[in-house]
Amino acid sequence: MNKEEKYITRHKPKSQKIGNSISFPHLGKVPKGIGARGVGGLSATNLTKRFGNFTAVDRITFEVKQGEIFGFLGANGAGKTTAMRMLCGLLKPTSGEATVAGFDVFKEQEEIKKNIGYMSQKFSLYENMTVRENIEFFGGVYGLKMSEIKPRMDSLLNKLEFTDVRDKLVQSLPLGWKQKLAFSTAIFHEPQIVFLDEPTSGVDPVTRRQFWDLIYDASERGITVFVTTHYMDEAEYCNRISLMVDGRIEALDTPKNLKTEHNANSMNEVFYALARKAKRVE
Amino acid sequence: MYSQRHAIRKLNKSSTVLDSASAEKLIAYRSPLTAEQKELTADSSSFIAEQTAYISVSRLSKSYEKASVLAVDNVSFEVNRGEIFGLIGPDGAGKTSIFRMLTTLILPDSGSATVLGFDVVKDFREIRSQVGYMPGRFSLYQDLSIEENLNFYATIFGTTLEENFHLIHDIYVQIEPFKKRKAGNLSGGMKQKLALCCALIHKPRVLFLDEPTTGIDPVSRKELWEMLRKLKSQDIAILASTPYMDEALMCDRIGLINNGKIMTIDTPQGLIEKYDKPLYAVSADNIARLLRILQEYPEIENSYAFGDNAHVILQGRSTDLKRYLEEKGLRNIEIIPIKATVEDCFINSLSEQ
Repeated sequence: MNKEEKYITRHKPKSQKIGNSISFPHLGKVPKGIGARGVGGLSATNLTKRFGNFTAVDRITFEVKQGEIFGFLGANGAGKTTAMRMLCGLLKPTSGEATVAGFDVFKEQEEIKKNIGYMSQKFSLYENMTVRENIEFFGGVYGLKMSEIKPRMDSLLNKLEFTDVRDKLVQSLPLGWKQKLAFSTAIFHEPQIVFLDEPTSGVDPVTRRQFWDLIYDASERGITVFVTTHYMDEAEYCNRISLMVDGRIEALDTPKNLKTEHNANSMNEVFYALARKAKRVE
Repeated sequence: MYSQRHAIRKLNKSSTVLDSASAEKLIAYRSPLTAEQKELTADSSSFIAEQTAYISVSRLSKSYEKASVLAVDNVSFEVNRGEIFGLIGPDGAGKTSIFRMLTTLILPDSGSATVLGFDVVKDFREIRSQVGYMPGRFSLYQDLSIEENLNFYATIFGTTLEENFHLIHDIYVQIEPFKKRKAGNLSGGMKQKLALCCALIHKPRVLFLDEPTTGIDPVSRKELWEMLRKLKSQDIAILASTPYMDEALMCDRIGLINNGKIMTIDTPQGLIEKYDKPLYAVSADNIARLLRILQEYPEIENSYAFGDNAHVILQGRSTDLKRYLEEKGLRNIEIIPIKATVEDCFINSLSEQ
């Protein structure tokens, strides 16, 4: 049992809540082909993770279309990290079903890992390696040959205007540059889906927006983007968002529809309205 | 005097060897004061009570790595009694270096600063005993429980949990059900609440909070700021930093900081009123396309995404822009003149820098 699991186990609530899966009518419009092998996007049906008596993720059901920017929101402790770890093939679910890029989260965890990219604010690049070494390393880890890496790296460095810093240590770069590089490295092997865990924490507002330009860019190329954030204005940049409360998906829709439904002017207000329902103490 | 300077230099040297968490713990360490120092402290306290500036910073600078990185560049500001002053800026702006100089953990290269009238270089002992500091990185003892951490910090500062319980009551009741749990096993929001309790337990008159809300969800962030608003009615000055621009509104005054420089200092309202650019919120059916088209429009000084619409500094007429956007095939176009937010002010300061 790792540290996180131990932590969650200790949070066993006294009575176990019964969750309901929510159906989302607009999900009927998801184009055909989702869930097919090798096709981007992901789907989860009643996906559940229990640690002992504690249900960290409680029967969540949703689909994400290929190329969609999907915001995965929730308060600290709502179960986002556990859900994300299951979808990345890092944690075996207790029950339910889910496919990521067409691969089963129970049986094909290794295939999932090859077909996704992952970036978090806490860990993404090796600080004591150069920009070039990081790209080569991550490209290699994802199975690209050096002959494939070289031309892609050149065009990437050009696009980011990083050509001058290719032989600089990552630790010497400003945070905003590191984050752009980390994202580009996470999608360097052209995965079906990229998971971003609070990618923009702490960067300045201008760099934050440049970062989102990269996200839009990836989405237009067909890469599905699954992103968590505590910046509610960024939630507005997503095509659709889900909001988790106490292990369940409490809301799922476009930002616009959610605001209309909750009679709110901003996603911030929607978040307060829904997250306040939480009974679980972190 | 010499020996104190010598001691703090030594401490600084040693802190490069220590991991930074241990270095931050050192702030909690207080050597017993000599009788003479105690008297001095008492004198200054009564003097200071009449002063309003609890923190005073003048032309402070700090560089690292043999002067190759200028982290803090000629920074000056004051924080008054009963005031929450916010340092608003991104990671790497120099916020933490300022905190570490004011809490006597590192020495400035040049400039001066006083906290409660005490010099940050000469009077480090006095400062350490009278301020509360919550570092950006969680620095409590992970293998002590909530209760043990609180008792530990209370004892170090020569007080007890009971004596100042009223100060932490509102915050403590929220984590009390878990008081036997080890700090290392707490969630992010609970860790922050415990850290705040520990920073408050000795009734500090100045409170330093380095990014107390980073990584915390919007609901817990709001709660934490509400607690700070309540706290400041006590005889206390609060210096807080945050990368979230919307939290600026919770401060009495703010300093926008970037690249080691404070770009501007004002009240949030003052800052917003000073903004003199023609700012509009523009929305259309396809926001991604809208943003791209706006980039090409000649009479725009700046445009950027802002929540579900675009913010535009428009030099020309809005009717012309609307016609242009329609010609480009966008639908449901709305162009509304708006008041700036702190984030707009920050973006504007960056572009002028």
